[in-house]
Amino acid sequence: MITKEKNITPHSKATTNQEALVRLKGIKKSFGSNVVLKGFNLELFPNENVVILGKSGSGKSVLIKCLIRLIEIDEGEVTVLGNSIPDLGQEELDKIRTEVGFLFQGSALYDSMTVRENLQFPLRRHPDRLKDQDEASLILSTLESVGLADAIDLMPSELSGGMKRRVALARTLILQPKIILYDEPTSGLDPITSNEIIQLILKLQRDFNTTSIIITHDMDCARVISNRVIILFDGINYAEGTYEELSKSNDPIVKAFFKEVHNRIKS
Amino acid sequence: MITLRKNITDYLDQTGDISLFAFRFFQQAFKRPFEWKELIRQCYVIGYNSIFLVATTGFIMGLVLTLQVRPTMIEFGAVSFMPKMISISIIREIGPMVTALICAGKIGSSIGAELGSMRVTEQIDAMEVSGTNPFKYLVVTRIWATTLMLPLLVIVADAVGLVGSFLVENAKGDVSMTLYFNMAFETLVFGDLIPATVKSFFFGFVIGLVGCYKGYYSKKGTEGVGTAANSAVVLASLLLFVIDFLAVLVADIFYKI
Repeated sequence: MITKEKNITPHSKATTNQEALVRLKGIKKSFGSNVVLKGFNLELFPNENVVILGKSGSGKSVLIKCLIRLIEIDEGEVTVLGNSIPDLGQEELDKIRTEVGFLFQGSALYDSMTVRENLQFPLRRHPDRLKDQDEASLILSTLESVGLADAIDLMPSELSGGMKRRVALARTLILQPKIILYDEPTSGLDPITSNEIIQLILKLQRDFNTTSIIITHDMDCARVISNRVIILFDGINYAEGTYEELSKSNDPIVKAFFKEVHNRIKS
Repeated sequence: MITLRKNITDYLDQTGDISLFAFRFFQQAFKRPFEWKELIRQCYVIGYNSIFLVATTGFIMGLVLTLQVRPTMIEFGAVSFMPKMISISIIREIGPMVTALICAGKIGSSIGAELGSMRVTEQIDAMEVSGTNPFKYLVVTRIWATTLMLPLLVIVADAVGLVGSFLVENAKGDVSMTLYFNMAFETLVFGDLIPATVKSFFFGFVIGLVGCYKGYYSKKGTEGVGTAANSAVVLASLLLFVIDFLAVLVADIFYKI
């Protein structure tokens, strides 16, 4: 586990010699006088799920939006699949973005389009992603993988919160990205639906071989999904390790995140 | 004094931002790929769905204008000039202006609210991260649609306005349809039609530009969406008067008004 004080190599980095798919180095971002990120570092290796925990308003969503240049960083390096994101032209950036899926906190479905049209939208603008498949069958199979083939002609307003999240996940997967960014995937959902989404994310990781960064403050989600957990506190990666390592930490900041979990286990 | 200075600074900032937005539109408007399907859909939404409102407004405008002007024309013994006077008024100024103001309210606010709502719910961000150009899909298509549809709506309003005027003349003055429209069109020249049609294109452009600008850059939250819709109408309406004034000045150079 890495904390501010110690310098222990995290578990996953020690066991792999693979090239990092994503590298964030010294990321700084401010909004006026509000300094959100003060030098965040991250490396993401193939086939791992990295969960970023942090308080509400700590900059978790800002961080992953900086990763794909939805927000411009003030300082630092962002490298995705070997490309320096801040230096890319619009066309090259659009190409890299097709390799990175993003599941928004509010699902962000296009509400004037049906579920089918939501999935067609990115596919028709990147027909090279079809490879040898037929568009209609790819859409249907992707919806089947999230268990929503029957909802194909429904409008987003006719879907429940959990269904919207699953359709958004299908839309994220349709371009078969190498990396998926999840912004609070279980936010606003009941515990049963949250668990369904968590299990779906794990299933999709197995089936599609994805690598993910998950932003959450849902500790159950972190426990089940993560290979590695990073705690974002005071604008930096305050602590890093596996869920089990961090849950046993005596650091007061780290302990605060796991306090509720411990209380639940005790009761 | 500080408030006045801030207001002036905000106004200049906004003018600069809208100019840059317009420049970005012209950069992307003629570049492939073109979103033809979305453009046609927007033309339908903006054009076809506004016909009833525009036609009703135009009809009432023709009725009211004729009713209001008729007594004065009788007093001067010039009632026989009514069709000519009404047709020139409607074709040159009232038709384009009233239609544009109605459309600024209906279309400008709906575009501002729609794009504002998409911004707030991160739909625009979702388009961007999927490697799509949301500006081209959302903004370019809407501005093209308003620019192309408004002149057609003005023609509809003008035609229905003349019909409304004819109904009054027929009821009050027993003027036949053939006589009325012959007199109405007899006096019209290109100097009446061309400037009115050209400025309709500019009206449509401004309505689309301002509605898209306000919605695309709306601040987060439902209040932001409401502000986007409202301010789109206010700013577009103001700019319509400015453009109208400039159009009359320019037309005066080329045609004897």
